[in-house]
Amino acid sequence: MLSEIQKRLLAEIADLHKTPEGAYNIRANGKAAGRNSTANIDISSKTDKPGIDIRIRPGTKNESVHIPVVLSESGLKEIVYNDFFVGDDCDVVIVAGCGISNCGDQDSAHDGVHCFHIGKNAKVKYVEKHYGEGTGRGRRIMNPRTEVYIGEGSSVEMEMVQIKGVDDTKRETLAKLEKGARLVVHERLLTHGDQRAESDYTVELNGENSSADVVSRSVAKERSSQLYRSRIVGNALSSGHTECDAIIMDKARVVAVPELEANDIDSALVHEAAIGKIAGDQIIKLMTLGLTESEAEEQIINGFLR
Amino acid sequence: MLELKNLCFGVENEDSAKEIIKDVSFVVPDEKFVVITGPNGGGKSTLARLIMGIEKPRSGSILLDGEDITALGITERAKLGISFALQQPVRFKGIHVVDLLRLASGKQLSVGDACEYLSAVGLCARDYINREVNASLSGGEMKRIEIATVLARGTTLSVFDEPEAGIDLWSFQSLIQVFENMQKRVHASILIISHQERILEIADSIILIADGQVRGQGSRDEMLPELMKSTVPVTCSRILEGGMNRAQ
Repeated sequence: MLSEIQKRLLAEIADLHKTPEGAYNIRANGKAAGRNSTANIDISSKTDKPGIDIRIRPGTKNESVHIPVVLSESGLKEIVYNDFFVGDDCDVVIVAGCGISNCGDQDSAHDGVHCFHIGKNAKVKYVEKHYGEGTGRGRRIMNPRTEVYIGEGSSVEMEMVQIKGVDDTKRETLAKLEKGARLVVHERLLTHGDQRAESDYTVELNGENSSADVVSRSVAKERSSQLYRSRIVGNALSSGHTECDAIIMDKARVVAVPELEANDIDSALVHEAAIGKIAGDQIIKLMTLGLTESEAEEQIINGFLR
Repeated sequence: MLELKNLCFGVENEDSAKEIIKDVSFVVPDEKFVVITGPNGGGKSTLARLIMGIEKPRSGSILLDGEDITALGITERAKLGISFALQQPVRFKGIHVVDLLRLASGKQLSVGDACEYLSAVGLCARDYINREVNASLSGGEMKRIEIATVLARGTTLSVFDEPEAGIDLWSFQSLIQVFENMQKRVHASILIISHQERILEIADSIILIADGQVRGQGSRDEMLPELMKSTVPVTCSRILEGGMNRAQ
């Protein structure tokens, strides 16, 4: 049975208010707390290390897999390996995410290593939300590593969200695209207090007509610091775009390092990076609508991170 | 009723000081349509910003319905019933047109209600309601959305800074109608900064501002013939030399 804290964490990271429909695997405090495989989606435990294998049959359409992780015990540290095998012609949604509630004084950490093997002509939407809470001195740490191998003609959309409460995070994402494959990444990040967040993307456009769009929007408040690195490598006729757009506030620090590497004359790569504080005229406009300065700021940030 | 009394405003650099508004007084009566006109750089937009509380005057006072609001901030003035459409509307990444209209109206507007405001400013509502108020919108679209936010507020005093700028001629007549309807619907006072003859033509009264001063004010019938005789800058100098000061 899940505790109330764990249920609340589930609602935060996966919008789950009850047992999800379809395939799911819920991991709570390092143990399996519920699992369901379906006719098309099989979830099984790994035998050599902690984690699961998720196998999605070719041709599976309009199905979803939820694999949330919740930690409510202080001092718990784990590394979990999850492998996804998505068959040809699938159209599926995968919802991952991790919530840590740490009311103790010891650090709690979850490092999820996700590897996606995606077949041909498949469509995958992947949503990953990170959330932390708790009053203790122990930090909430998450270091996700994601590898994505996208087969011919497949498209993957990744939504990576970390809005609250994670003290320390280092996100590494590596993607390799074959012929005609497409990757779209939307990252949204908010850091506050003394939090530190690092995000590192490497996307290799290996197949002809492959394309990638990696976009990060972030807000750094108070004394928090962010480092965003995005590297797109064009090894064939391909197009790539990466964008980092950050709002900096208070005493925060933001570093953006876009990097492009073209190894083929037909590779077209673009990067954009912008860091700045909230524009004064934006605040003024919302104040003329009757909002206070702090309400205006909140609306601007909420919109920006939408 | 809005009342400006002996308003002065200036900016100071390290080595120079510049007077921008010099002892300006005028009244915008209830349910009246007042247009401020005059040459570029004459202080018109600064006046609008002083009325909204974005700038603070050096001296003088601003009264709304008899209450001195000179010391109040932007938010308080907005809550007391002043709306302001900026000359250059502001863009927001991620905020949708419908969000802005909801914030403006101060309530959970239904999509239908929000659409009405957009239709009123000549935008096909369905196409815009969920658009982001970002760089993907043209200058003219932004101006119309800006006017729609003022409509959604429905306050007793609305100030528009050059609302016609960027609006194509084809839509101009409907813009005029927006102002006329607005006045009827909420019994509002409207203060518009404009150079457009057709806006001057529907004004109850016209105030001419040049070089930070009121150079003439009076009813449309008094002011318009003089203003129309020549281009505005020339008119100003003629008014200075001639008899228009009598209107003050």
